[in-house]
Amino acid sequence: MQFGIFSVGDVTTDPTTGRTPTEHERIKATVEIAKKAEEVGLDVFATGEHHNPPFVASAPTTTLAYIGAQTERIILSTATTLITTTDPVLIAENYAKLQHLTDGRVDLMMGRGNTGPVYPWFGKDIRDGIPLAIENYHLLHRLWREDIVDWEGKFRTPLQGFTSTPRPLDGVPPFVWHGSIRSPEIAEQAAYYGDGFFANHIFWPKEHTQRMVALYRRRFEHYGHGSADQAIVGLGGQVFMRKNSQDAVREFRPYFDNAPVYGHGPSLEDFMAQTPLTVGSPQQVIERTLGFRDYVGDYQRQLFLMDHAGLPLETVLEQIEILGSEVVPVLRKEFAALKPAHVPDAPTHASLVAAAGGPVDGTVHAAGDDVTGRATEEVRR
Amino acid sequence: MTRTIAVVTAGLGKPSTTRLLADRLAQATDRALRLYDEQGQVEVVELRELARDITDNLLTGFPSEALAEAVRTVVEADGVIAVTPVFSASYSGLFKSFFDVLEEDALAGKPVLVAATAGTARHSLVLDSAMRPLFAYLRALVVPTGVFGASEDFGSNASGSLAERVDRAGRELADLVMGQRSSGRPDPFDNPTPFEQLLGGGT
Repeated sequence: MQFGIFSVGDVTTDPTTGRTPTEHERIKATVEIAKKAEEVGLDVFATGEHHNPPFVASAPTTTLAYIGAQTERIILSTATTLITTTDPVLIAENYAKLQHLTDGRVDLMMGRGNTGPVYPWFGKDIRDGIPLAIENYHLLHRLWREDIVDWEGKFRTPLQGFTSTPRPLDGVPPFVWHGSIRSPEIAEQAAYYGDGFFANHIFWPKEHTQRMVALYRRRFEHYGHGSADQAIVGLGGQVFMRKNSQDAVREFRPYFDNAPVYGHGPSLEDFMAQTPLTVGSPQQVIERTLGFRDYVGDYQRQLFLMDHAGLPLETVLEQIEILGSEVVPVLRKEFAALKPAHVPDAPTHASLVAAAGGPVDGTVHAAGDDVTGRATEEVRR
Repeated sequence: MTRTIAVVTAGLGKPSTTRLLADRLAQATDRALRLYDEQGQVEVVELRELARDITDNLLTGFPSEALAEAVRTVVEADGVIAVTPVFSASYSGLFKSFFDVLEEDALAGKPVLVAATAGTARHSLVLDSAMRPLFAYLRALVVPTGVFGASEDFGSNASGSLAERVDRAGRELADLVMGQRSSGRPDPFDNPTPFEQLLGGGT
């Protein structure tokens, strides 16, 4: 099982000091956080994508490439990549490039984005959210698997004889997860392609996650990718830990009470009872997290939200340290002991290459005019 | 057979005039249902008790267990009696907030009786200027008689008998309820749209 963290990239005032970090501080902090995640033995670092203040999470592949250059092992991912408002041609190019630069340490999670005004900034309409996610991903899926693509759809200009470069590393596209809180269409989409399904999980009661995952598993089997319990599931989680659980509650409460998403609403205690949020001792986090399996089955990836709501960088790094040293080692052992042998691990670049029968160089060499790139119809391998 | 009638009441006092009117409307509806050899099973949702939960739902996007139960009661009822006090020339904010947290289409086709209370009959147009448009937007079926109870109605028949209006409204709601086929909506999780259809631009 893979463990990691996912970052939203919000620039939020620390409610205990009144201080708001600068964009520069927050961007640099993101890099520190990712490096720390690798240092303490986590498997995945995922960044969000936002195109509006108070976020610094635009240009995700720039961030991930920079982190990739300073890390050795950690998988670089997204939470989420906006498949609705981003041109699938650019996603195909950017993430294939990232694959090459990081020797395959890349996967990504598709999401729609729920901020209405962002859509028109990119020439789209939020009311088309689902159709955009479906059409754009279908094109992306082809761009990574077919050297020459002729394509026409509703939402972007047609493509004639288009080759997306670079071709995926070793002939194997990055693994894709699809994230959604409550749209059955997205669970259906993930199941259709045999991709992973990721439930954000952290802001809503578990029943939403449970029925989305159940639908995804059932349809995964329906589309012939394996049995329902072999579907690839990821979950979010949200924790704050101190050795003594009362200290954790005391320290986290002002951040909770003022958090952008749920602040000034339910009490910390109510929200902990209603959602997977766990504020307490490492042992409490271990027990709660193991309990997720009771309602989604054996799953492959667990990401935690750690840097948000104005928590200072030092605190975030301490939290990641506790996660890596005290929580994840126990979870790894416990989850592994519970998982039946026929349930697969989350796909990695190495496992996908092995499943494909070994690496294949996908380079497409253009015939003739390689200066203007005009001879695409004559492309040969 | 029993027909369930959900009563949504937004009165704040205890006892409240709004609740008093709501109870009379529920009794009238039950009496009218009995003429059809049916029984009314009345379930009351007191919004005062859910005030915090409703606000939390506005902020977090999901209902607490208690609120989810109340929403289920209303959405699954055969008919709804919705009663609010008049605040600042309209339904109360609490009343509106409850209907704001319902899922889209949750009340589509649902028989609804609207009623309101205020200190003076000069507010009575609230039924037609605020409540009917709200339920029209929600695509509910509002019965022709709306019942407005001013303080004076509880002590005199000067402006026509409140009891008569209550009875007429109850009969109209019962008639609408009896004319309804069960309105089970398909669950998208039971029957997801197949992907090939989504890919073809379907929903």
